[in-house]
Amino acid sequence: MKLRSLVLAAAVATAALSSALVAPAAHAQAKEQFFPVLVYRTGAYAPNGVPFANGYIDYLKLTNERGGINGVKVSFEECETGYATDRGVECYERLKNANGGATVFQPLSTGITFALTEKAPIDKIPLITAGYGRSESADGGVFKWNFPLAGTYWVAADILIQHLAKKEGGFDKLKGKKIALVYHDSPFGKEPIPVLQERAAMHGFQLSLLPVTHPGVEQKATWLQIRRDRPDYVLNWGWGVMNSTALKEAQATGFPRDRMYGVWWAGAEPDVKDVGAGAAGYSAITMQHGAEPNSDVVKEILQKVHGKGMGTGPRDEVGQVLYMRGLISAMFAVEGVRAAQEKFGKGKVMTGEQARWGYENLNLTQAKLDSLGFKGVMRPISTSCTDHMGAAWARIHTWNGSKWEFSSDWYQADEQILKPMVRAAADKYAAEKKLTRRAPSDCQS
Amino acid sequence: MAFFLEALFGGLMAGMLYSLVALGFVLIFKASGVFNFAQGAMVLFAALAMARFSEWIPGWLGLEGRLIGNILAFIMAAALMFVLAWLIERLVLRHLVNQEGVTLLMATLGITYFLDGLGQTIFGSDIYQINVGMPKDPIFLFEGVFEGGVLINLEDVYAACIAALLVLMLSLFFQKTGTGRALRAVADDHQAAQSIGIPLNRIWVIVWFVAGITALVAGIIWGSKMGVQFSLTTVALRALPVIILGGLTSVPGAIIGGLIIGVGEKLSEVYLGPYVGGGIEIWFAYMLALVFLLFRPQGLFGEKIIDRV
Amino acid sequence: MFYRENGQFKTSYRNDQQIFPIAQDRWVILAIVAFAAIGVPLLADEYLFRAILIPFLILSLAAIGVNILVGYCGQISLGSGAFMAVGAYMAYNTYVRIEGMPLIPALLMGGFFATLVGVVFGIPSLRVKGLYLAVATLAAQFFCDWAFLRIGWFTNNTASGSVSVSNLSVMGWVINTPAEKYLFCLAFVVVFALLAKNLVRSAIGREWMAIRDMDVAAAVIGIRPMYAKLSAFAVSSFIIGVAGGLWGFIHLSSWEPAAFSIDRSFQLLFMVIIGGMGSIMGSFFGAAFIVVLPIFLNQFLPWAGSLVGLSVSTAAVSHTEFMIFGALIVWFLIVEPHGLAKLWSIAKQKLRIWPFPH
Repeated sequence: MKLRSLVLAAAVATAALSSALVAPAAHAQAKEQFFPVLVYRTGAYAPNGVPFANGYIDYLKLTNERGGINGVKVSFEECETGYATDRGVECYERLKNANGGATVFQPLSTGITFALTEKAPIDKIPLITAGYGRSESADGGVFKWNFPLAGTYWVAADILIQHLAKKEGGFDKLKGKKIALVYHDSPFGKEPIPVLQERAAMHGFQLSLLPVTHPGVEQKATWLQIRRDRPDYVLNWGWGVMNSTALKEAQATGFPRDRMYGVWWAGAEPDVKDVGAGAAGYSAITMQHGAEPNSDVVKEILQKVHGKGMGTGPRDEVGQVLYMRGLISAMFAVEGVRAAQEKFGKGKVMTGEQARWGYENLNLTQAKLDSLGFKGVMRPISTSCTDHMGAAWARIHTWNGSKWEFSSDWYQADEQILKPMVRAAADKYAAEKKLTRRAPSDCQS
Repeated sequence: MAFFLEALFGGLMAGMLYSLVALGFVLIFKASGVFNFAQGAMVLFAALAMARFSEWIPGWLGLEGRLIGNILAFIMAAALMFVLAWLIERLVLRHLVNQEGVTLLMATLGITYFLDGLGQTIFGSDIYQINVGMPKDPIFLFEGVFEGGVLINLEDVYAACIAALLVLMLSLFFQKTGTGRALRAVADDHQAAQSIGIPLNRIWVIVWFVAGITALVAGIIWGSKMGVQFSLTTVALRALPVIILGGLTSVPGAIIGGLIIGVGEKLSEVYLGPYVGGGIEIWFAYMLALVFLLFRPQGLFGEKIIDRV
Repeated sequence: MFYRENGQFKTSYRNDQQIFPIAQDRWVILAIVAFAAIGVPLLADEYLFRAILIPFLILSLAAIGVNILVGYCGQISLGSGAFMAVGAYMAYNTYVRIEGMPLIPALLMGGFFATLVGVVFGIPSLRVKGLYLAVATLAAQFFCDWAFLRIGWFTNNTASGSVSVSNLSVMGWVINTPAEKYLFCLAFVVVFALLAKNLVRSAIGREWMAIRDMDVAAAVIGIRPMYAKLSAFAVSSFIIGVAGGLWGFIHLSSWEPAAFSIDRSFQLLFMVIIGGMGSIMGSFFGAAFIVVLPIFLNQFLPWAGSLVGLSVSTAAVSHTEFMIFGALIVWFLIVEPHGLAKLWSIAKQKLRIWPFPH
């Protein structure tokens, strides 16, 4: 009896308390630039999400140590999404007006990106999806608020084919070859298929598509099929546990790892660490940067952030591939705000709309990148009203059993092929949504 | 032909691994009538314990050899599973005696969430290694007869042997020991067993502990194959068709069912999959189990369901 | 003292058969609905709408559907996520492919196709029972997961497989702001809850409950099991399909099959069990519990940690959320296996004789 009434009272109290705690307090004009950080430190994709999050936050801390963005300090708050779309949407709703208003969101998940692409324009908050998201969002004429900076999946697929052609000795030598795509069965995994099919039609190689169901721990049948078909190359488009499983299965079926190429989300330490020497020879495309333990920015972080005990993750993670990815994504976020301050007022806190202008007019020259500590790591990025990607460069790096080493020169994606595809896909999106392409006059705002 | 043999063999091996997980389900259902949805979480928890202990123990005790470290880690992980079994019986099962099946099912789902959170809190969310010396490279047989040979994965063969050994030990335990007899009595009829003096609570702790050891062995084998990480809980979903095909109350059913599901899955994926774009493994296994169920609603070896009006 | 029925006499059969025979009940329900329709849009802010109220409404609609199948008819189903997916995708296809299709018929068509799928996957229930059926319905879940990823027609042949809708409007009223979306969902939920409540009080509802309690005895007295079970699947899938359509169109606006994965099925089953099986009111309680608890924990735990001087990382908060969630479910099941609705009915019983203890 008593227990029951206690339970009832507790339930009622919980309900009351929750409604009190959940309504966020409205903040007055903040003096700090607020960056929400959507992370996943739990779940099937945590091994890859954690270093990215640590890199992102370390760079924000470094920015504060460097004096902020023209004096404006940076504030941030983490929100755990677990790679789930509805949790990502809840984090977005909770943080978009917090601490003076969110500057930019970087969901690190193609699913969450699709959902936020609908909401961000209404709330006037830009989305940076550096190296993921919809490939057609590079077309700024339709996707005003999306910024797939430094590369999209179509760029990655295109450059991988270029690299394979170079290995074979020319595009004509690709004729008759077999290329298998082992991909995560989700929008993320399906992204490269249009470009690969286009290239297959152009050069005459055979493309076979092998989907792997989330989370990707069961690939035995996939690799048995690969053993039967004996493709010349296997492209691995996975994320999280799927990558190390692919390498283990490749080892178990005897497929040579040096004929496997991963996307830039399948070429980091967590993917190969526990396979170790068994993964030696596996290569992956990089979104310009690889593992950069000797770069200037890493040295600065070790000194100014980890040196003061403010490091977000373990020290030996600094400089790893996904850590650098997070670092660079944060750098984009910060530099866009800096660019916006040039127009809207130095030393002032930028709104989401103003930051969007900044991301659209980002002009990171090599000198600027070097001064930020990215010498030898990044190439210049320059966005415009119609081009929200800014750069289409990549390199290939290979795992030698203990670390990642660059194994190719710089490649650039073939705009002749990609530009019409991007435009067509963007037009299709616009027609479906009944949007009109932005007028040139809109670009100046 | 060679490829068919490879796919068949791969399917049989995969099936044995599923049976390992299914065994845990069957054991608990037989003895306590609870459909333990937390088995996947137990596999993960046990594997995490094993992986982390085998990493930490050499550091704590300053050992050199991997073998000693692994054995100690196994003992510690088994002890942890015993504590877990005791806690589950004490805190959950004892209070839910006589409730409907669905309530118990939901309770085990609650335990799943709890174990997921606890495991990741104590041991972490990264991918961890279990290194018990399994060979990673394949061997090729019959290279003279078939071009390229038939691929045999030694790790899978070892896993299958270990699984068979485990089943043998469990059968011996159930048939020959006093505790095993008591377990079978409880599985038959709780009230009758209690009336002749068998302590139900202790039996349940033992049964959950044995299921925990099964989960530990399954976790070691799966973890050695694919690394220990949160997504290991999804293997429980792969084992469910095995149970319903074999029957919820039958240990040989778990084995035979596992083999059928394993072979069915792999053969369907490699032969039917390409026609429909691939990725059909999981639902094909369930459909296969469903078809069998339509002919034998209690599974191949399960107890016939008797309804009294 | 206040909740007494004396003086309330029924003078017609119609009055006697009301859903809420006690006048106080009627007034309170009307007050709640009025507050929900008028008061909440005035008081709630955007976050409350988007993150709590709209998911709560849509998931409680789905929970009503699941409750009809699991709670009233006794067929345990783990495929509810798949039926939501069918509802969402078929509503999308109807909306996008047929020029000028209004929104509400599109959603209802989604429900209709979910009905068809539900009946097909309900056929095993004629042969299989109990836990075997629960696992058999997982076949529906995984099959639909696969179908919506692989068969391009469902996603209008987009390359990525992700679909989105926008510019929703009902007869000229554009549904844009969170408050409007909330009212749209509220309308659906009120209508469907009323229909469901009346359905379970009717002959077919009694047939379902007879099948649940003792299906062999029910067959003996002349209730056709096939008709009862398949109609339960049909009605339940219809409601779940409409809820799925609402989830995709109103809450997410852009979704992929992973939004309706097996976790969603488990979540719906949790709502039904925690809320109370066999109770329409219980579906609402369960949905509120499941929707609000994670968000509450997310805010509460760092605050509680700061009180004792601990800084709690997001990962730790997430893990603790899981642990507390699991522990709470077990605790609720131990304390009240019949769910929150039973607690509520006990409270009402106490209220009837208040201020006297017995």
